[in-house]
Amino acid sequence: MKRRHLAATALLTLAAAAAQAAAFQAVLLVPADDPRLGRNRLERAVLGHPAGPAADALGVALKEGKLELDAAGASLGLRTVAVADAAAARAAAAAAEQAGAAAVLTDLPAAWTVAAADGTRLPVINLYTAADSLRGADCRPNLLHIGPSERMRADAIAQTLVARNWRNVLLLVSQDAADAERGAVAAAAIQRYGLKLAGRKPFKLSADPRERDLANPALLTGTAGGGAAYDVVWVVDADGEFAINLPYRTALPRPVVGDGGLVALAWSARYGRFGAPQVTRRLSRAAGRPIGAHDWSAWLAGKALIAAAVAAPKGPASAFAQALTKATIDGSKGVAMGFRAWDGQLRQPLLLTDGQAVVATAPAEGILHPTNVLDALGADAPEKLCKAR
Amino acid sequence: MIHCHLLRRAGIAAALLAANLAHAQGVAWVSSEKDNALAIVDLKTQTVTGTVPTCQRPRHMQVTPDGKTLVVACGDAGQADVIDLATRKSLRRFQLGEGAELFDLSPDGKTLYLTNEEDAELVVFDLASGQRKSAVKVGEEPEGVKVSADGKTLYVTSEVASLVHVIDLAGGKVVKHIAVGKRPRRFALTPDGAQLWVTNELDASVSVIDTRSLSVIDTLRFAVKGARATDITPVGITMARDGKRAFVGLGKANHVAFVDVANRKVTDLVLVGKRAWGLGLDKAEKTLYVVNGMSDDLSIVDVASAKAVKTVRVGRVPHSVVVVE
Repeated sequence: MKRRHLAATALLTLAAAAAQAAAFQAVLLVPADDPRLGRNRLERAVLGHPAGPAADALGVALKEGKLELDAAGASLGLRTVAVADAAAARAAAAAAEQAGAAAVLTDLPAAWTVAAADGTRLPVINLYTAADSLRGADCRPNLLHIGPSERMRADAIAQTLVARNWRNVLLLVSQDAADAERGAVAAAAIQRYGLKLAGRKPFKLSADPRERDLANPALLTGTAGGGAAYDVVWVVDADGEFAINLPYRTALPRPVVGDGGLVALAWSARYGRFGAPQVTRRLSRAAGRPIGAHDWSAWLAGKALIAAAVAAPKGPASAFAQALTKATIDGSKGVAMGFRAWDGQLRQPLLLTDGQAVVATAPAEGILHPTNVLDALGADAPEKLCKAR
Repeated sequence: MIHCHLLRRAGIAAALLAANLAHAQGVAWVSSEKDNALAIVDLKTQTVTGTVPTCQRPRHMQVTPDGKTLVVACGDAGQADVIDLATRKSLRRFQLGEGAELFDLSPDGKTLYLTNEEDAELVVFDLASGQRKSAVKVGEEPEGVKVSADGKTLYVTSEVASLVHVIDLAGGKVVKHIAVGKRPRRFALTPDGAQLWVTNELDASVSVIDTRSLSVIDTLRFAVKGARATDITPVGITMARDGKRAFVGLGKANHVAFVDVANRKVTDLVLVGKRAWGLGLDKAEKTLYVVNGMSDDLSIVDVASAKAVKTVRVGRVPHSVVVVE
């Protein structure tokens, strides 16, 4: 590849001519022995679950941002640190600041994410953890979020149901502790958008005949025993095994949404507009595997860092942090995106997909908002849910 | 369909204009990304009179300087199709490579400069032989490409890097990166070559670059009543031969802006179809043809009255239009 080599040399020469480069460093904190990346989990490939390490797509973002950084006279490096618990996350974030990093990125459970944010004054970018608590009660002034919150995803689904006029919703919520909160978020979205709750039932994964009422899709969704008719089944299942097996097993011929069937995500490899296929191709080529919403979120975090470095190429870290919160970022979803001042959440459109096609986008057509229609997804400013900002 | 409604209201105007347009000779070629074919719209009858099959996912098209052939770049096939305008038959096809996006032709018509969005390269081809000559690495997702009138300088946008790359063709090197707005897409050069206009899709703006100092001297922002800035996504741009007026397709805002080039002010906003991108003027510059990618049609705009006078259904996801008279 002599041709490429020559071209690269030309660009390097050009970069050298640029002003004295400020070298920014970012530190990515990931869980040691990440259970989400176990082989059986990856093979199950539940929509919205990670398909591989976040570092893959982050690396792509930094590589493709190099030209822009060169032109601005800055550079950006990334270091990945595995942490085993919340205390380790906190210590690693503190160490990153000590070592002169400009930002910390986290791909960690909610409690560990808060610990990391408490360990440093640097901006901490939560890549993908959707917990609403991180945008509300447990928010932090230095904590930003790329992936959508649970509430944004629930709003996207509720808006789609309104747009389709599928108004009567049967809500199935797993008995896992992780899903109690998520079930409440779904129920609140159903109420917020004027949908009707035809029923709400808990379920669990079980083959035990004694608890078949809790585990059998036909019984859970049947109406013979007096259950109300419904237009759609909304399943809340963070684990995903029950949810992905629910479509086509319902007693009535009705669609499934939520964590199975039609799912609201930050990204889908099937998205075909706004240059999305090019992004998907670049990411999957670099990672050597299929890519999904988790990868896109990691890629976008890299883009946000680049935008900040380009806006404040000479530093210092405080100017970089300022620029980051004000950055406008192009994530190939057709709009410029940025962080909400009130909870640090990236405002963005969401994609509704069954894994085969992007069926709809949210905010749904016709949904209005006084200032920015993207703020019709998730917690809005007047609610003041994040007191720390 | 708001634009249909407007068209009904403009019915009288259309009848009057029909007389004006009646003398128009020739055809508009419209590429359709999902049809693997080009639609031919008769300018006189304003109807589709035929289609010409071509390679997979045809997008950008240009007529060679000799006026005899149409070059089509196909994204999925990664091919160029050279079509004889007289017979409307493909003369030959050659490989451009996966990721072929837009192209420009050298003033002598011998060289084709292609942006390749897969490899983030500007690729140089000899048009007669179809031979790949060289390539220059640029920022990710390059799109717009424009060669200067003297054939010495080439401008390329990188959508991801939000940069315009200035390439010295003799040296085959990028000599300057110019930071412009978010997601720069396409170019127009003033006839004197002094100014390069760049549409910024996610910035609702056009950056005006001085080609001598290679710096941005002004930014023209668009506003459409009832549309938020985020819904104004300029992509397609073309300029009148005398350089007095520019036309900019505002994408999601479903309008085309007429811009006075000298004082950089929008004079008219014309309501067209959904996601108006590709633009083409007839020779007399009386009629503007606007490709609406999301409503599968072509708006025919009377320039003098700044009104869309007819909408013609073309293929699926139309991309570009070239008027041949």
